[in-house]
Amino acid sequence: MRKLYTIIAVALAVGLAAGAAEAGQKVRIGTEGAYPPFNSIDKDGNLVGFDVDIAKAVCAAAEFECEFVVQDWDGIIPGLLAKKYDAVVASMSITPERKQRVDFTDKYYNTPAKFVARKGIDLQISVDGLKGKVIAVQRATIHENFLRDNYGDVVTVNSYATQDEAYLDLVSGRADAGIADSVAIMDGFLGTDQGKDFQFYGPDFNDPKWFGDGVGIAVRKGDDELREKLNAAIAQIRSDGTYEKINAKYFDFDVYGK
Amino acid sequence: MEIIWQSLPRLLEGAWLTVHITALSVVMGLLLAVPLALLRVSRNPLFWTPAYGYIFYFRGTPLLVQIFLIYYGSGQFQTELDALGLWVFFRQAYFCAALTLTLNTAGYTAEILRGAIQAVPHGEIEAARASGMSGWLLYRRIILPKAFRLALPAYSNEVVFLFQATSLVSIISLMDLTGVARVIAARSFAFYQLYITAGVIYLIITYGILFIFKKVEFRLSGHLRDRKDTVLAVDGVPVR
Repeated sequence: MRKLYTIIAVALAVGLAAGAAEAGQKVRIGTEGAYPPFNSIDKDGNLVGFDVDIAKAVCAAAEFECEFVVQDWDGIIPGLLAKKYDAVVASMSITPERKQRVDFTDKYYNTPAKFVARKGIDLQISVDGLKGKVIAVQRATIHENFLRDNYGDVVTVNSYATQDEAYLDLVSGRADAGIADSVAIMDGFLGTDQGKDFQFYGPDFNDPKWFGDGVGIAVRKGDDELREKLNAAIAQIRSDGTYEKINAKYFDFDVYGK
Repeated sequence: MEIIWQSLPRLLEGAWLTVHITALSVVMGLLLAVPLALLRVSRNPLFWTPAYGYIFYFRGTPLLVQIFLIYYGSGQFQTELDALGLWVFFRQAYFCAALTLTLNTAGYTAEILRGAIQAVPHGEIEAARASGMSGWLLYRRIILPKAFRLALPAYSNEVVFLFQATSLVSIISLMDLTGVARVIAARSFAFYQLYITAGVIYLIITYGILFIFKKVEFRLSGHLRDRKDTVLAVDGVPVR
């Protein structure tokens, strides 16, 4: 019996300690780690990128103790719902479809989507121009939805687990073109050695029906306290210059958008 | 529930790809496995070492690594493959997937057959030799038929494993049963419904495969069963 009391006492003490540590609230951040320049894993195995720096800055502003969890993209919302982590900072666009499952903070950036293909080919971005083409896209993305809804009847959609794999098949010629976020393509592909023979085609796409209202941090539905703290933190890093510093580290233009 | 009915036609389409890529790989793999197993049991190191190396590699590395190696690895040697006229094949995800599955199952099947060949009772081989059989004739008439019969239960396992392993091909953009389920689930967020439906379809097909093997096994083991017209006893007195 005494043993039981001891256990209860210890449990209470631990519980109280956890309560006292409220100031450094532990928040686990889910991210993908395969979407340069926003989030990727460097040669030494560290998470790096714009999303990662934003997440760290937001955590510092909100006085959270943050820990990163890496999760494949197509399982990133199920992972959040299964409480593997508490927030997703992984360039997730705020779309009506996703809003049915998760809640979002305010946006922290907003950039358009674009098609990419090998330089010097005659490629018209239209239903006729894309007829019969194989288009590479990352699975479970707004870009896949946009592609299937608008050109799904005329193109073959090859969907990949990561954006990096989509690039690999563009380079090998298995896919004729790809569609993704323009900044991701610019820095993650066109600016690299393997992407040097490629260029953008067609206009910017940013129709909110598919592309939503920019990129936000996703939290579980009803987790309003966390969401509001994150919103306040985003507002703080926007106003105190931290955001600009991170923006300048990765891009020579403003990714926050209008 | 509605989402299950809505996605069922697409899931079945995916299941069809799963079934025919399995069937193709099983047939090609078996054709490759028989000569491999024969090389493997040879006493000549020139024959058995390459076969051993092949089996060692394909049994010793994960199928996922093999798929990546052949699919993305071949992409790196595009110019060389193009010069050989092979890129038209490697360009297709289906070809790469079927090739990997074939090579993989050939390794496992060869090892199953090796065990079975070595398990053929010595007395049967001696009897065959005494009747004047040797070499290829001995293999064709006595050793291989017996070995196939011995290998069947283990081989049915291999086929089921391969069938389930085909779910990995969705990683290289093929729309198999798993691939279709992933795409629909990602869009509708109905992960539970989609994966449980896909699971049930896998289960049904798996039991279909096992049923066929059971039939084949039954047919091949006729000599081990009592004949239907066997008389066991006459007036209560056992006859043997």
